[in-house]
Amino acid sequence: MKDFAARALDTAVTSGATYADVRAIDYRQRYFSTKNGQASGVRDLESQGLGVRVIADGAWGFASTDDLSCDGVDRCAARAVAIARASARAKRHDVQLAPEDPVVDHWESACAIDPFTMPVSVCLDLLLKVDAEMRGVKGVTLAEGSMDFRRIDQWFLSSLGSEIRQVRTLTGAGYSATSFGEGEIQKRSFPNSFGGQYQTKGYELIEELNLLANARRIAEEVVALHTADQCPQGVKDVILGGAQLGLQIHESIGHPIELDRVLGDEANYAGMSFLTLEKLNTLKYASGIVNVVADARPEHGPGLGTFRYDDEGVPGQCTPVIHEGLFVGYLSSRESAVTANLPRSSGAMRADGWNRIPIIRMTNVSLLPGAGKLEDLIASTDDGILMETNRSWSIDDRRYNFQFGTEIGWEIKGGKRTRMLKNPSYGGISTEFWNSCDAICGPEEWTLWGTPNCGKGQPAQLMGTGHGAAPARFRNVKVGVAYGAE
Amino acid sequence: MILTRQRAQELFHEVTKYSTADETEATITSNQYALTRFANNAIHQNVAEDSTYLSIRAVAGQRTARASTNKLDPASIRRLAESALELARLQPRDPDMLPMPGPQMYRALDRLYPETSALTPEDRALTVAAVIGRAESDHLTAAGVCSSGTSVMALFNSRGLKAFHEETISEFSVTMLGETASGWAKKTGPNHLELDPEGLADRAARKALASADPKEMAPGRYTVILEPAAVLDLLGFMVFDFSGLAVAEKRSSLTDRVGQKLFGAAIELRDDVFHPLHLGAPFDGEGVPRQRVQLVEHGVVKNLVYARSTARKLGVEPTGHGFPLPNEYGEAPMNIVMEGGRQSVEEMVRSTERGLLITRLWYIREVDPYRKIVTGMTRDGTFAIENGETRGGVRNLRFNQSLIEMLSNVEMMGPPERAAGEESFEMVVPAMKVRDFNFSSVTKF
Repeated sequence: MKDFAARALDTAVTSGATYADVRAIDYRQRYFSTKNGQASGVRDLESQGLGVRVIADGAWGFASTDDLSCDGVDRCAARAVAIARASARAKRHDVQLAPEDPVVDHWESACAIDPFTMPVSVCLDLLLKVDAEMRGVKGVTLAEGSMDFRRIDQWFLSSLGSEIRQVRTLTGAGYSATSFGEGEIQKRSFPNSFGGQYQTKGYELIEELNLLANARRIAEEVVALHTADQCPQGVKDVILGGAQLGLQIHESIGHPIELDRVLGDEANYAGMSFLTLEKLNTLKYASGIVNVVADARPEHGPGLGTFRYDDEGVPGQCTPVIHEGLFVGYLSSRESAVTANLPRSSGAMRADGWNRIPIIRMTNVSLLPGAGKLEDLIASTDDGILMETNRSWSIDDRRYNFQFGTEIGWEIKGGKRTRMLKNPSYGGISTEFWNSCDAICGPEEWTLWGTPNCGKGQPAQLMGTGHGAAPARFRNVKVGVAYGAE
Repeated sequence: MILTRQRAQELFHEVTKYSTADETEATITSNQYALTRFANNAIHQNVAEDSTYLSIRAVAGQRTARASTNKLDPASIRRLAESALELARLQPRDPDMLPMPGPQMYRALDRLYPETSALTPEDRALTVAAVIGRAESDHLTAAGVCSSGTSVMALFNSRGLKAFHEETISEFSVTMLGETASGWAKKTGPNHLELDPEGLADRAARKALASADPKEMAPGRYTVILEPAAVLDLLGFMVFDFSGLAVAEKRSSLTDRVGQKLFGAAIELRDDVFHPLHLGAPFDGEGVPRQRVQLVEHGVVKNLVYARSTARKLGVEPTGHGFPLPNEYGEAPMNIVMEGGRQSVEEMVRSTERGLLITRLWYIREVDPYRKIVTGMTRDGTFAIENGETRGGVRNLRFNQSLIEMLSNVEMMGPPERAAGEESFEMVVPAMKVRDFNFSSVTKF
């Protein structure tokens, strides 16, 4: 693949590119799913191709192909240059990039057990055991489970002289129990909803997740939800479980700090951001106990946003985002760093495959832990609701007004969990919400959650992002907001 | 290079040389696509892709699995066929699995426009430049996309089934941004000549200008006029519930409701890939011919759609809406047509004493799967209506609304048109006037 990339780079430069980079990728995925005692989907996918990104006549062009013949590669590179020249017909100024040094390196994410070597029978066997355990609870009408393994082997070459090979292995797994009854549909998922938990790890993640041990509890909870009380409407103190808080971080911090949104690049689709440039280092984004980083470095953990170099060849970094409540950092690229007068790209350019251009994406956007256990946090809460596992999520196109629903909640009275609550929901304005945070649990409660399918860009791209979070409490939050009309 | 019928047959022939499965199905998809993206009144991203994938489903006894690749050399095809069979052999036996279908007859659909295939980056750049000019003339900022492409799908199996479909697709979408407000318009279709980018730009610009300095309206229940894009993006959260398997598995909002009058009597909904304003192949993921299915008639949930295996389980006839096997979902209607009425949006506005005119909706998500409550935001052109006239822009609002209730509260509809949004696939739907649409909060812009 390196040779294809090198040929494409040469052709791009000789065709007139003043800058060029090439990503050549070998991608592999294996996916299993089970449903009500049967294997419902077993699929293998492999995909190989390259994408050529160039600047010519001061504008960007990109072309991609899976025709890896010499002619195919040359045509692709020349096409990228032709596209750049067409872009120049409607440019306002030449593209400028913040400087970076060339890098020659090879990095592979840690992977103790190669998931692609696991026997299919072992994977299906585990999912079917979980399935049987859930369906052993009367009232469960649908049991679903899945495992997902991905390997991305990428060569990055640039006209700066970079030659970087990165190999990342991703693993994900999860299951859910659905119950139809009492005129409603309820669902409970483990370890997280919408596919489960994902990390940049091998099959060892599956072994760490304790899937089977939690199956019966999940099934019992979904049935119990039918007779649980409806989440009340009003203003309450809310404790968010770590997985739900991960998505809260994603939507109300991770997306607004993407500098391309701030600068208007996503205005037609994913939207813009309230974090306009003058708010950097001036906006009190959150309460003083809140510290958030965007950290792609392996030492932060095996998150979906972990890598050594981004897809522009810029080293992955730890970018402080919120420091003691103050907004201090964006996710940026080499081009947007110049526009916003930043000293350097934060190394956040990521592409979904060989056929997509890199755009600014979250890495691991994590809330740093505080202190204490979840049970201590509950004990210190007089009147509140603990909400766990996301069920719905929505936010406006500048990232102010949000609303979330979770699968399950528990009322907290006098420091104790009391009744189970169904259909919990809460909403607010991002900065007001984060400024109401008054307690964050400690490292023992912190997990690096994975969101595998974040959508952005045109044409659409999906990306895995990581979010470290421990449960946290927020004061005076509007709850029950989704059912106000009922 | 886009896939031809001959090349597709050659690839299948190669597959049959190497596959030793009891039954073999091969799906070959090929895409050539280019997109010119603009923001801040300049082209900032400009991309093109070219890809061909071969996907083999192998059957061994009552066991099946699928493997896919875009490596099309003989050694890779051999490896793919072997891999699909090996995976299939490792599955538990599925007693409900049917043999593959035999040869089928398909109605011809002509959705290929060579002029659209032939569009160049320069053509798209000139289109975008003209739209940017329109923005600048009103001191607005334009953002959007101009795209075109060709896609081909071929499906063969070892029982002699052969299916082939090719079509072009083009899109123009534009957001016009002013200091305090924005407007949006979008159109897609197989023939780029029908998109009228300058007309879309004009519409978006007028919305941006007319909604400047938006006022805040209190949350509550309002009469709304939903433009077709807003209707489409809401309806998209309902259509997967018309799957026979979803109802059988009790995960659909139509569970225990088929045959009931669930919506207003004016609601007529069908799935119809043959409608002249639709795109798509006349066959499903197994090669079964797609049928026209009346989903809702006079507000009554009349029919569902069924893949072959769902149909067999439930003792009904398949309708040709199955996804490629194996899959978790069964089937879904993908070519929605909702009948409408005769009233224009202007007439609906004139008939409204107090309400809101909504251009589009955003970040819609399902809150309650059985009551079918969805939430989301208005976006890019939301106007107050008073005494039959629009009175300027309003700040965007969040809604929490049951779609079942909404479709029971429709007071007027316009003629159906091909609409495009961002939350769902294209549909042919009307604008509609709906009473008592529930807004629960407002945002800051």
